[in-house]
Amino acid sequence: MKVLVSVKRVVDYNVRIQIKPDGSGVVTDGVKHSMNPFDEIAMEEAVRLKEKGKVTEIIAVTLGGAKGEETLRTALAFGADRAIHVKEEGEIQPLTAARALAAIFKKEGAQILFTGKQAIDDDANQTAQMTAALLDLPQATFASKVELDGTKAQVTREIDAGLETLEVDLPAVISADLRLNEPRYLKLPDIMKAKKKTIEAVSFADLGVEAAASLKTIKTTPPPTRSKGVMVKTVDELVSALKAKGLV
Amino acid sequence: MTTKSPFYTEEHEAFRTQVRRFVDRECAPFIDQWESAEELPRELHKKAAEAGLLQVGFPEEYGGTDGADLFYGIVLTEELARAGSGGLIASLMSHGIGTPPIIHTGTHEQKLKFASPVIAGDKIAALAITEPSGGSDVANLKTRAVRDGDHYVINGSKTFITSGMRADYITTAVRTGGDGMGGVSLVVIEAGTPGFTRTPLQKMGWWCSDTATLYFDNCRVPVANRIGPENAGFMAIMMNFNNERIMLAAQAYAFAKVCYEESLAYARERTTFGKPLIRNQVIRHKLIDMQTRVEAIKANLDLMTWRVTQKQMPIAEVCMLKNFATTNLEYVANEAMQIFGGAGYLRGSKVDRIYRETKVLTIGGGSQEIMKDLAARQLGY
Repeated sequence: MKVLVSVKRVVDYNVRIQIKPDGSGVVTDGVKHSMNPFDEIAMEEAVRLKEKGKVTEIIAVTLGGAKGEETLRTALAFGADRAIHVKEEGEIQPLTAARALAAIFKKEGAQILFTGKQAIDDDANQTAQMTAALLDLPQATFASKVELDGTKAQVTREIDAGLETLEVDLPAVISADLRLNEPRYLKLPDIMKAKKKTIEAVSFADLGVEAAASLKTIKTTPPPTRSKGVMVKTVDELVSALKAKGLV
Repeated sequence: MTTKSPFYTEEHEAFRTQVRRFVDRECAPFIDQWESAEELPRELHKKAAEAGLLQVGFPEEYGGTDGADLFYGIVLTEELARAGSGGLIASLMSHGIGTPPIIHTGTHEQKLKFASPVIAGDKIAALAITEPSGGSDVANLKTRAVRDGDHYVINGSKTFITSGMRADYITTAVRTGGDGMGGVSLVVIEAGTPGFTRTPLQKMGWWCSDTATLYFDNCRVPVANRIGPENAGFMAIMMNFNNERIMLAAQAYAFAKVCYEESLAYARERTTFGKPLIRNQVIRHKLIDMQTRVEAIKANLDLMTWRVTQKQMPIAEVCMLKNFATTNLEYVANEAMQIFGGAGYLRGSKVDRIYRETKVLTIGGGSQEIMKDLAARQLGY
């Protein structure tokens, strides 16, 4: 079984995000980037399924500029067999990403697209669902457990009321939630071996994909700073304070 | 991120990310606990091996990672230092000094027996050279090994031995021949050998390292445990020292960097007289003086590391590097304490610990005075 894992290069989760002075976005120059943490989890799941003998080939895919290669090298060090780099500079909207992933999925004849439930940069949480829709395939999002059984996948997902288990026919799209697994440490020999694996570069034109322009970013602003709190001494004081603010 | 040095590749940076993750998850949260316990848990060695940290610099045949140059060792040291404890590096990495002599001069069987389990994190290795009667004067060590059939009968003691309490295999320098450097051999002494006892030492810093004094009282060690030919241990010890000194300089650099980064963050956060500390010129100048030294150590360290990877033996230069790095660490740690003020004087801050641990680096692996003498001799003065 061939699976596709889409991985995105994002600003590292440890970096304190700074807004560009003109409000056109966040500062990314000279800032540490790494693989989107949810995509790492998706990657780990694919590798575990391969180690269990359920998956035979893992193809990692990323979209974006030249530096996306670093993210693909990380995926290859995880255990992807090869990688595809949809090399396009500039902003890529979720619908565009979904179109490209759908095209590659079809071309490769993959059985599962694994991806993180969302990327920590724009938190859109759209690509997996859109890809499934474009391919007209079942989707199981926010997976916290995945079990493959021949032509079906049992996917447990965390919902507000507890756990829900879906059974989807393959091929399907599965997006990974935080508790699906804990990604491994990449060992140095694997990091070094990753350098020798192949990365195929393709463009939107190669894939016959048209870039969507359905979203427009008007302005990026930092979240409002929290104003100073007030200490109350008694419950009565708290209740009257809340009443005064019209909150109860 | 593009590297800012010709010596580091994307693979070095990828390795750095993994080590940082390991330190954040497996070390930093527990370091205070280990410091109080005065030793590291054995499981940490296994975890570190599973994460691929103990394999750097050792051949694949014995469980190591082929093709990992010395710069990976620098990256490893730099990231481990972020936990703010020299004892962690010294003790978790004590195989970095205990195991290379086995790899360089041991037989295949000795490597399988004494190196592989250590590289896999199942056993702990230590190096024992220094004696109560003297440290740097290796040529005059007194611990004696007398041949008796297939065994050596060993009498004497070793002190300041890193990981000495927990070590399973101790690469020990003993006198098998006459006086001077031509009478020294290396033998591996195994934990549990009758006649071998040890006691822990309490120290100014490096608390989580189980530093010990070792005693050998008619301790019988198989001749098969001798590493390399009889009476040829001196050169193996000297070669080992050169590498150890680079890694000690790397530690000094890494801790100076942590001091600078901690101080910078603190100076930005701490407000006095109605403004952040960093808005005072006197503090900004301190920070720049610190960072100037950090950068200078790094430049020298990287160049010497490169020369070693090119199979050169820059002995004098490495001695000077160790002195330069450790002297500047003392300066940087001192300034960091000054910037932190009372907060740095409290137990538990990284700066407090690093400050207490500057001295061990100016003394261990060859004191500054010995380093200068050796460098002068090497340069033909």
